Amino acid sequence: MPNGLTLEIVSPEELLLSETVDMAIIPAVEGDIGVLPGHAPMIVSLRAGLVRAQVAGTTAHEFVVVGGFAEITPERCTVVATEAVPLAAAAAGWIEERVRAAEAAYSRTATTDEVEEREDALRLAQLGSVLRARA
Amino acid sequence: MPSLKSLRTRINSVKSTRKITQAMKMVAASKLKRAQTQAQAARPYAERMERMLGSLAASVAGRPDAPRLLVGTGRADRHLLIVMAADRGLCGAFNSSLVRFARTRIRTLVAEGKEVRIITVGRRARDLLRRDHGKLIVDSVTFIGKTRIGFADAQAIAGKVRGLLDEDAFDVCTLIYNRFRSVISQVPTEQRLIPAAIPAAPDDAAATGPVAIYEYEPSEEEILARLLPENLSVQIYRALLDSAAGEQGARMAAMDNATRNAGQMIARLTLAYNRQRQANITKELIEIISGAEAV
Repeated sequence: MPNGLTLEIVSPEELLLSETVDMAIIPAVEGDIGVLPGHAPMIVSLRAGLVRAQVAGTTAHEFVVVGGFAEITPERCTVVATEAVPLAAAAAGWIEERVRAAEAAYSRTATTDEVEEREDALRLAQLGSVLRARA
Repeated sequence: MPSLKSLRTRINSVKSTRKITQAMKMVAASKLKRAQTQAQAARPYAERMERMLGSLAASVAGRPDAPRLLVGTGRADRHLLIVMAADRGLCGAFNSSLVRFARTRIRTLVAEGKEVRIITVGRRARDLLRRDHGKLIVDSVTFIGKTRIGFADAQAIAGKVRGLLDEDAFDVCTLIYNRFRSVISQVPTEQRLIPAAIPAAPDDAAATGPVAIYEYEPSEEEILARLLPENLSVQIYRALLDSAAGEQGARMAAMDNATRNAGQMIARLTLAYNRQRQANITKELIEIISGAEAV
């Protein structure tokens, strides 16, 4: 079993993180997944939420991601997100703006894609309130 | 023989032209640097995406119900070309060579009896193609006034393409853009988008051990259905960035040439000016001397 998991977070604009961590928690569509080294290979679809990286028992990194995928292999976890922002930078302002944009998109049309976007917006809004409570 | 005054004005005007081209070169150089950094930053995403798509697509491609974005309609009668050039000129042959390349392609396709539609990206592409193929242009996108191309711009173009695919308006979609080979060399390139050119399975399989059998959550089809539109956007985004970097590279080279030419011209004009001045002085002297002798 490999002794460490390389967590990579990439958005279309840049490579945000590439580091060895003990555990990664990623928001998959069917529920959060905790990824430890030696995880079975998987490709999962993501919903809007938080990607957390744990190193030595504490949360070392937190990223807000919206949509995308994750590829998991025994030694690597690659999060390929449509949008990804470090949590610190994604303080409530960004999330609220994002929620507004998503809701505006939703009210314009009601195709399947947009419903998904609406769900993402709701998730982000929840996330925003959690963050505010924490601050 | 031009008068001294007109030579002086010429020299001054060429000098100010040189100042402008020099400034444009500097601006292009700094923009190029930014564009290159952006293109570099976008690479990891495209690579990861390609890897995932490679492992997914191989398993789905053979099925009859495979998504259209992946396998197309099965015919090749109607073509959609995305022609990508710059919004602005003054960048050497960047736009014209791309449009020439596109024209050749369009002519070949039309000669083969195919139906062609065009989406232009960039004002120059639209303006240059409108004259010959105006009827074929179904849509055009420009980024005038935008300082930075974002992923959202690529998504917008991808959205248009998907819309047309849903309307069953084409069979094959090809992207024509300037690939950035180096600062001084941009190559007009065509890249097939639909049916998707499946990246070959990674050949470093030996290094990473046997090819992993992935589990999928949700199903393979659902992931693919989300991955393919994303992949389309990524391909377009990559081309946009390549083209943007190429444009600045081409402009830098063109402006460097222009500055050099202006320098040469100033030297030539200055020489002519000095000769003329000397000739005038000599003439005046001769007049004075011969005037004195006559007395």
